[in-house]
Amino acid sequence: MSAQAPVLELKDIVKTFPGVIALDHVSLDILPGEVHALMGENGAGKSTLMKVLGGIYQPDEGDILVAGEKTILRTPLEAKGKGIVFIHQELSLAEELSVAENIYMGELPRKSLGRVDWSKLFSDVDEILGRLNCNFNAQTIVGDLSIANQQMVEIARALTVEATTVIFDEPTASLTDAEKVVLFDIIEDLKSRGVGIVYISHRMEEIFKISDRISVLRDGEYRGTLKASDTNQDELTQLMIGRSLEHTRPDLSQSNGDVALEVKGLSCGKLFHDVSFKVHAGEVVGFYGLVGAGRTEVAETIFGMRNKSSGEIFLNGEKVEINSPADAIAHGISLVPEDRKGQGLVLGMNCRDNMTLPQIDDLTVSGLTAPQSEQEIFKKYRDQLEIKTPNWKQTVGNLSGGNQQKIVIGKWLSMHPNLLIVDEPTRGIDVGSKSEIHNLIRELAGQGYAIIVISSEMPEILSVSDKIVAMFHGEIVHTFTSSNVTEDKLVQAISGIYEPENAA
Amino acid sequence: MAQSHLKAVGEILAKHGILVAFILFMIAFALLNPRFINSDNLLGVVRSSAILGVMAIGVTFVVVSGNLDLSVGSMMSFSTIVVLDLHDKLGPLLGIPAMFAMTMALGALIGFLVGYLKLNSLIVTLGMLSAIHGLTLTYSGGKNMDIADKDGTWFGFFGQGELLGVPVPILMFALLAAGLTLVLSKTPFGRKVYAVGGNGVAATFSGIPRARIVFYCYLISSFCVAMAGLIQASRSLGSQNTVGQGLELQVLAAVILGGASLLGGSGTIFKTVIGVLILGFIQNGLLLVGLEFYVQYIVTWVIIILAVWLDIAAKRGQLWSPIA
Repeated sequence: MSAQAPVLELKDIVKTFPGVIALDHVSLDILPGEVHALMGENGAGKSTLMKVLGGIYQPDEGDILVAGEKTILRTPLEAKGKGIVFIHQELSLAEELSVAENIYMGELPRKSLGRVDWSKLFSDVDEILGRLNCNFNAQTIVGDLSIANQQMVEIARALTVEATTVIFDEPTASLTDAEKVVLFDIIEDLKSRGVGIVYISHRMEEIFKISDRISVLRDGEYRGTLKASDTNQDELTQLMIGRSLEHTRPDLSQSNGDVALEVKGLSCGKLFHDVSFKVHAGEVVGFYGLVGAGRTEVAETIFGMRNKSSGEIFLNGEKVEINSPADAIAHGISLVPEDRKGQGLVLGMNCRDNMTLPQIDDLTVSGLTAPQSEQEIFKKYRDQLEIKTPNWKQTVGNLSGGNQQKIVIGKWLSMHPNLLIVDEPTRGIDVGSKSEIHNLIRELAGQGYAIIVISSEMPEILSVSDKIVAMFHGEIVHTFTSSNVTEDKLVQAISGIYEPENAA
Repeated sequence: MAQSHLKAVGEILAKHGILVAFILFMIAFALLNPRFINSDNLLGVVRSSAILGVMAIGVTFVVVSGNLDLSVGSMMSFSTIVVLDLHDKLGPLLGIPAMFAMTMALGALIGFLVGYLKLNSLIVTLGMLSAIHGLTLTYSGGKNMDIADKDGTWFGFFGQGELLGVPVPILMFALLAAGLTLVLSKTPFGRKVYAVGGNGVAATFSGIPRARIVFYCYLISSFCVAMAGLIQASRSLGSQNTVGQGLELQVLAAVILGGASLLGGSGTIFKTVIGVLILGFIQNGLLLVGLEFYVQYIVTWVIIILAVWLDIAAKRGQLWSPIA
C-alpha cells in the first residue's frame, strides 16, 4: 500500500494552563485504516491533547488539519461534524434516557412541527445495535445497563456519523474478556473501512495486540512514534517514564510482628457475613474478589463508614468499638478509599489543606490553625512520595491522577496509622506511578505498618501481598499465603468454585 | 500578544474581580455625583448596610458549607419583635439574651433538619421562611410592637449610639466580621466548613462529622440574625412584623456578589463584606443620581448576573466555553 494522506494531523500543538505547560509542541498524524496507540503516564498530556481534538480546549499555538485542511474546532459538536468521534473513558451518558435518545442526543430525527420521529429513531438505533451484536435494544433505559453495555452505547454513538477518526480513551477499563473480543472486532471493522483510530490505554498487551503505530508522550512533550511490530514493552516503558522499570517482585517480608488487627465474625447486613482474619504488623494482606464480593464493604465497616450488624474488631489485642470514621482515625486506622475524586479528595481545595484534613484539629496553636506545621507535613510527604505540583497552593483538581492518589496516601501516612487500608491503590494510574506505589506499600510494610490492600487486579494483589484473602458473595472463601497461591486457585476462589485439596 | 494580555487581565479578575468592580463602580458614581464620596454619605451607607452585612456574614458560613439559608429575613423579623416585647416584659438585660436563645433555637432546628436529617436546605429554609413568619405573627398577635417608654431606655444604644465617634451598628458589623473571619479562615472548624462544602463525602472519609459542622453553621447564621434583629429593634424602638421581609434575597445576593459558590466550598467573609458594601453603594448611588428607589431592584439583579458571569469567565479564561 502506498503512503496515504493522514485523516488527521496535529502540528506543533501548545497548550498551557496557569503554571503548567500541558502540551509542548506536540505533533501527531493519524492515517486512514490504522490503529494509532497513544501512550504516556498520567499527566503526560494525553487527555489534554484529546480535549484539544474534541473541541473542548483551544490550543495556544499549532494547527489541526482534518483531511489536509486547516481546521479550528470550537465545540465538541464541530469536532463531531468533522468526523472526529470520541469514546470516553468516563461515560458521558444520560442514565435516565433510553439508549436511542443517548445515541442521537442533540440530533434526534424530526417530523413536522418539530416532533421527534420515534419510530425512525428506534429502528435506526436497533440497526446499529444489531451490527454490534448488542443484547439490548434501542428503548432500554441506559441506567439499567451494565457498565460494559453502557460502553457499547458510546461506541454505537460513534457509528452514527461518518467518522473519519475514532478516539478510544481506555475503552477496556471496565470490560470483561468476552466484551473485549467484541470491541476488538469492532475496531477491526472500522479499520477495514478506512477509519483512523486513536487508541489510548495503559495496558501493554492490548496495545501490542491491536495497534499499528504507537506514539508516546512524556511531561507534555512528544517522545516519538514507533511501529508496533518494531518495538517491545521495555522500549516503550523506557520512552514513557525515561528509565527502565524494575521487574523484580519486591522482597516479601516474613511477617512475624504482633497481630495489629483481628476481625472476628464481622457481618454487615446482606453485604458480607462472618468475616474473620488477622493482619500482623509489617504484613500486607490483599483482599481479592469480584466487584460486589464485599471487599470494600469490609474495609468501610472497619473504618466506621458502615455499621456492623455483628462481630468484633480488635486492634493490638484490644477490643474496639468503631461507630464513625472519627472513631477509626482516633484508633489509628487509615483508609485510602477506592474513589479518589469522590471520596478521597476535596478537589477544589489546595494540596496542603487536603493532606492535613484528618488531623487539622491537632495542628493548632492556641486554637488557630498552624500553617507552619501544615507546611512541614506537606513538604515531607511531597518529597517522600515525589508528588509533582508547583506549590502547596495548587488546587488538587488540577493534578494528574497519580499525583492526586499520592496526596491521598500522604494524607493518611502523615497520621502514622496502626493499620493502613488501601482500596484500589492504582486505579486509573499509569505504569510508572503504579510500580512506585507498589514499592511504597512494600516499603511501608518493611517499616512495620500493618496494611490491607484491596484490588481487582491480580498482578497487583500477587506482587504486593504476603497473604491473600479471597472473597466471594460476601464471604471469605480462602486465605492464601504468598507461597501457596497460584493464579488458577485465585480465579477459582473468587468465582466460588475453589475446593482446597486437603482441607485442614 | 493580545491573547496573553487578555489572559493577564483574566487572572487579575479571577483573583480580585470583585474588588476591581467595586472600585470602578465607586469612581463612576463619584463622577456622576460628587456628593456620593462625601464622608457623611459614605458613613451613612455603611451604617445602613450594617444589618444586611451582619446577616450576610452568618449566611456565608452556611453557603460555604454547601447549603442555603432563605429563612434569615423572616427570622430577623422574629428577633426584632421578640426583643422589643421582652424589653418591656423582662427588661433589656434579660430580654436580649432570651431573644438570642430563642432565635438560635430556630437556627438549631434548621441545622438539625439539614445537617442530621440531611434534608434539602432550600426546601427546609424556604419552609422556615413561612413558618417563622407565622410564628412571629402568632407571638405578636399581628400587631406592631413598640417599646412603651422610648425616652427612658438605654436600649437605643445598639442602633443609634456611637462609640469613639463610630456608630455602634458599624462597630458591631466590623467586630463580627473580624471575629468570624478568624473563625472561618484560621480555625480547624473553618477548614472543615470548606471541606464539607467542597466535598461532603471526602470530608466524611477524613473523619469530619459533616452533620455537626452543618449544624454549627446554621447556629452561627442564627446568631448573626439575632444580632441584626437587635440592631434593627434598637434603631427604631418599634417594628412591624414584616421588617425583615425580602432581606434573605439581598443577603444571598451580597454573598454571591462576593464570589462564594452556591455549590459550596468557596467564599470568604471579606469578600462577602465587599459584596454587602457594593449592594449598599449601588442603592445609594442610584438614588443620588436621581433614579427612583425601585430601579435598584433591577440594577442589582443585572450586576449580580454580570458578577457571576465574569467570575466563571475569569476562572476558565474564556467568556464562553462548551463545557462548564
